[in-house]
Amino acid sequence: MKAYLFITCLVDTFFPQVGENMVTVLRRLGVDVEFPEDQTCCGQPAFNSGHREDARAVAERFLSVFDKALDGSGEDSYIVCPSGSCATMLKVFYKELFHNTPVLLDKAHNISGRTYEFTEFLVKILKKTDVGARYKGVVTYHDSCHLLRELGVRDEPRKLIEGVEGTELREMEMHDSCCGFGGTFSIKFPRVSVSMLDEKIECILNSGADTVVSSDMGCLMNIGGALSRRKIPVRVMHIAELLASRNNESE
Amino acid sequence: MGFEKVRFEKDSARALEDKKLQHALVNVTNRFRSARNKASGEVADWETLRARGRDIKKETIANLDKYLCELEESVRRAGGHVHWAGDADEACRIIVDIAIRNDVKSAVKSKSMATEEIELNANLERAGIRAVETDLGEYIIQLAGEHPSHIIAPAIHKTKDDISKLFSEKFGIPYLSEPEELTKVAREKLRGEFLNAGMGISGANFGVADTGTIVIVENEGNARLTTTVPPVHVALMGIEKTIPRYEDLSLFLTLLARSATGQKSSTYVSFITGPRRETDIDGPEEFHLVLLDNGRSRILASEETRESLYCIRCGACLNNCPVYRQVGGHSYGWVYSGPIGAIINPQLMGIDSAPELPFASSLCGACRDVCPVKIDFPRVLLELRHKVVESKKENYGAGGAMIEKISVRLWRYIVTSKNFYNLTSKISYYLQLPWRSGNGSLRSLPFPFSKWTDERDFPAIAKTSFRERWKKIKQETG
Repeated sequence: MKAYLFITCLVDTFFPQVGENMVTVLRRLGVDVEFPEDQTCCGQPAFNSGHREDARAVAERFLSVFDKALDGSGEDSYIVCPSGSCATMLKVFYKELFHNTPVLLDKAHNISGRTYEFTEFLVKILKKTDVGARYKGVVTYHDSCHLLRELGVRDEPRKLIEGVEGTELREMEMHDSCCGFGGTFSIKFPRVSVSMLDEKIECILNSGADTVVSSDMGCLMNIGGALSRRKIPVRVMHIAELLASRNNESE
Repeated sequence: MGFEKVRFEKDSARALEDKKLQHALVNVTNRFRSARNKASGEVADWETLRARGRDIKKETIANLDKYLCELEESVRRAGGHVHWAGDADEACRIIVDIAIRNDVKSAVKSKSMATEEIELNANLERAGIRAVETDLGEYIIQLAGEHPSHIIAPAIHKTKDDISKLFSEKFGIPYLSEPEELTKVAREKLRGEFLNAGMGISGANFGVADTGTIVIVENEGNARLTTTVPPVHVALMGIEKTIPRYEDLSLFLTLLARSATGQKSSTYVSFITGPRRETDIDGPEEFHLVLLDNGRSRILASEETRESLYCIRCGACLNNCPVYRQVGGHSYGWVYSGPIGAIINPQLMGIDSAPELPFASSLCGACRDVCPVKIDFPRVLLELRHKVVESKKENYGAGGAMIEKISVRLWRYIVTSKNFYNLTSKISYYLQLPWRSGNGSLRSLPFPFSKWTDERDFPAIAKTSFRERWKKIKQETG
């Protein structure tokens, strides 16, 4: 089994430890990990803000990087991504972006068919819910919108959290309500965005959890940014970090 | 009325400051949301019904020309008159003409978003005709000289206290604190209006092509009175409200009532087929159906966003929208608000009049989950964003648009070259250092990044990126 990492520019640049954690978990489960080094961004920021011409140029490059990387690889090779949103770009939005370009559309279909968001990959492909992690804490899970509603991944992250030794999963109210990030939305309408975030933070606090986990660093930098500004002692964690954790320290 | 340009950012900022409004929005949207969830959960094949509703709408809108002609013929056969209005002005002119021909001095109105859209009340007044709203929410809004802020609950932005004060001031009566007392005052005032009105004006929830029946759902009985007591009834209907067959009604009435208010059925459902017949005890002598285009055929022509016309105006998308829940209806700047407003206002008004609206969403998709006809809101919003960017290309005057365009182009050159991308990360790492705080995050950044850091910390760029770390990780084995 081989996993080609689609690391996302956000994790690459701001949160490299999340990428490392993902590698740790995958290797622990016996997966051979590769990182196509030419990758940069999938093009979502431009696509989401309506700049399709620029998005296409970036996406086309992205496709060719992964096309080349996967060339000749076996049936058991996958692309794995630590973000529901970036995986959505590939699996859902590339079809919109290239609907008039059959060659690229074919390529996009081929690539997206082998692409999985990290938790979905662990549960659906590797069929694992216990990855040997230990973390002592009360965890609440924030559903990121793209992962939940575009990719339909709801149970996988929860099963994985429940599989962590020492962890209690406690659902917050409105766990599937947007945190207000929305990419460029968060700086186009910062006040609306923060107002949505206020609601989310209230739900997190009401849950009584000491750790908030999600599958997207976009949401987590938004939630975490407010928690740290307000000096609220709730730990923010990408699910890869939780799953890599042994005794509250990631390996 | 008279909206020239939607100013979402400005108006939403004002709404966020309004504590009373915030409180009302949370209450009302929570109530509607849980009622809708319960009511849809009770129907075992709810998802099948939604899919069927969407299929019918899709087929109807794709063949709207055919169904509209059938509707026209059916209404005429039943003894009604049909008028075609290309735009708001024409629709107002048609309705004013009918009023003048019948020597109407005052008209009663039941709730209709389409009449809000064409600014009918102001037009009637200019022609010397009084128009009185008879839906309680609309009546309150009209007294206050405001606009509806929700598709099915127009006055949700007003508290009981607001209304008590309003009634006391407008009618010169003591302050009444009980809703029942306030309703009684409104009812007494309105009874007289119904009896004196020369014309009743309604909207239409559905227009059935094969029978020519206009269907109106409501909970107060005022629409029933509006359409039966005055001698003339005029119904204004957006052309997309057409449904092909009478037998489709049970499906759509189920979808509408459960999605809108969480009721199994609305309290009153009126089926109106032409004017009073000889054997009827009551009903109007004349019935007019005004079919309103006002930009709808433009939406029809755009294959990518055509599904915007499937909407049956239940308001469920508003109640489930985390953005609407913060900012309320008035922030959307025109009659329609929430996710549906964000997609149809720019299309009906022209994209240059509401260029912010397609962006006034985090694309979370909660609206799509509850839409009874499964409109794919995020996909339509993305299409419209693209259209806004394309339209701004033509008028390069807008400074913000140009800065954004240049930034995106620059970003594109950075991320399409690995070396350029690596170099930019490195340079940015050093550039950010002066802003780094003790815990490693960035607490304040210059404009435009300040839009983030005003209320949130921003993560610092890592000293070594994942790709740099990979060189080492690669060597290790699991």
